[in-house]
Amino acid sequence: MINTAHSYQFQPGKVRSELIRMFPISLFVVAFGAAFGLAAVQKGLGPLESLLMSTLVFAGASQFAAIDMWGAEVSVIPVMVVVFAINSRHLLMGASLYPMLKDVSPAKRYGLMLLLTDANWAVSAQEYQSGRRNLEVILGGGLVLWLAWIVGTWLGVYFGGLLQDPKSLGMDMVLGCFLLAMALGGKKSRVCWLPGYLLLPPHWQHGSGCRLTRMWLQGHLPAV
Amino acid sequence: MTIETTTAGVLALILIMTLVTLATRFGGVFIMSYVRISPRVESFINTMASSVLIAIIVPMAFAGDAGALAALSVTAVAMLILKKPLPAIAAGILSAALVRYMV
Repeated sequence: MINTAHSYQFQPGKVRSELIRMFPISLFVVAFGAAFGLAAVQKGLGPLESLLMSTLVFAGASQFAAIDMWGAEVSVIPVMVVVFAINSRHLLMGASLYPMLKDVSPAKRYGLMLLLTDANWAVSAQEYQSGRRNLEVILGGGLVLWLAWIVGTWLGVYFGGLLQDPKSLGMDMVLGCFLLAMALGGKKSRVCWLPGYLLLPPHWQHGSGCRLTRMWLQGHLPAV
Repeated sequence: MTIETTTAGVLALILIMTLVTLATRFGGVFIMSYVRISPRVESFINTMASSVLIAIIVPMAFAGDAGALAALSVTAVAMLILKKPLPAIAAGILSAALVRYMV
C-alpha cells in the first residue's frame, strides 16, 4: 500500500495532446459561454461579476439556473439547493474516478477535481472502463474547457449581440451530442444501458458482451 | 434569507455558489477515500459511470424540443456507423439547427 501510493505518473506530452483533443469541443463551449455572458448581463450582473462567476463556479448549467433566479434580491437557500442539485452529479463522477485518483497525492487529487466537467470526465471514465488510465484528460481537457468557458463569458458580456440565439445553431446540444458519442464510442458494453438495447432479442443481447445488463435483466444481479 | 444584489452581495452569492459546487466536486472523492475498493465496489463504479452518462443524456432527449431529439438521434446513428466522435457530433448539431430552422 505504502509503496504503490501515489504511483500515477502524469505525462506532460499526454496532457498537451488531451488539451488539443478537447480543443474542438472547447470552441463550442466558447459559444455556450457567450450565451451565459449575455444572459448574465441582461439579468443585471456586472461584466466582472459574470466573469468571476464563470471563473470560480465553472459549472454551466447551474450558472444558467442561478441567473434565472437573479433579481434585486436573491434568496440564498433556493439558489444553494438548485446549484447543489444540478451539480450533484459531480459527486458520482468524482467517485467513479477514484480508482485512478487514489494513486495521486491528495493535493493533485483535489486539484484535478477543480477542473472536472461532464466532457473530460466522460472521456476519462470511458477509457478507464476499456482498461486505460487517463487522468491527463481531466487536467489538459479541463484547462482548455475552463479557459473556453471564461473567454466565452467574456465575449458574451461585451459582444453579446453577436450571438443572440445560440440555440438556433444547435449550440445547446453540443454537450449532449458529445456525451452520447462518448457513451457509444469504442467498447461494446457502452451500449448496454441504452433503452434500445433492452428491446433486442435475448440472443442478440447475449452476443453483445453486456454481462451486467444481461444479469440484471435475468434477475441475477446481486443488489450492490 | 435573501441577499441584495449590491456588489458585495453579488460577490457573496458567487462565493456561496462556488463553495456549493466545490462540495460536489470534492465530496464524491472524499467519501471514496474511506471506502475500500473491492471487486464489487469496482464493478459498481463501472456500472455507475455508464448510468451517470445516460442519466445526463436521456432528460435532454425527453425534455428537449424536436431539434434536441434530432441532434441526439443523428449523433447516435452517425457514431454507430462512422465510429468517429467529431463528425458524429457535428452532424448532430447541424441537424438540430436544421430542424429548428424548418419547424
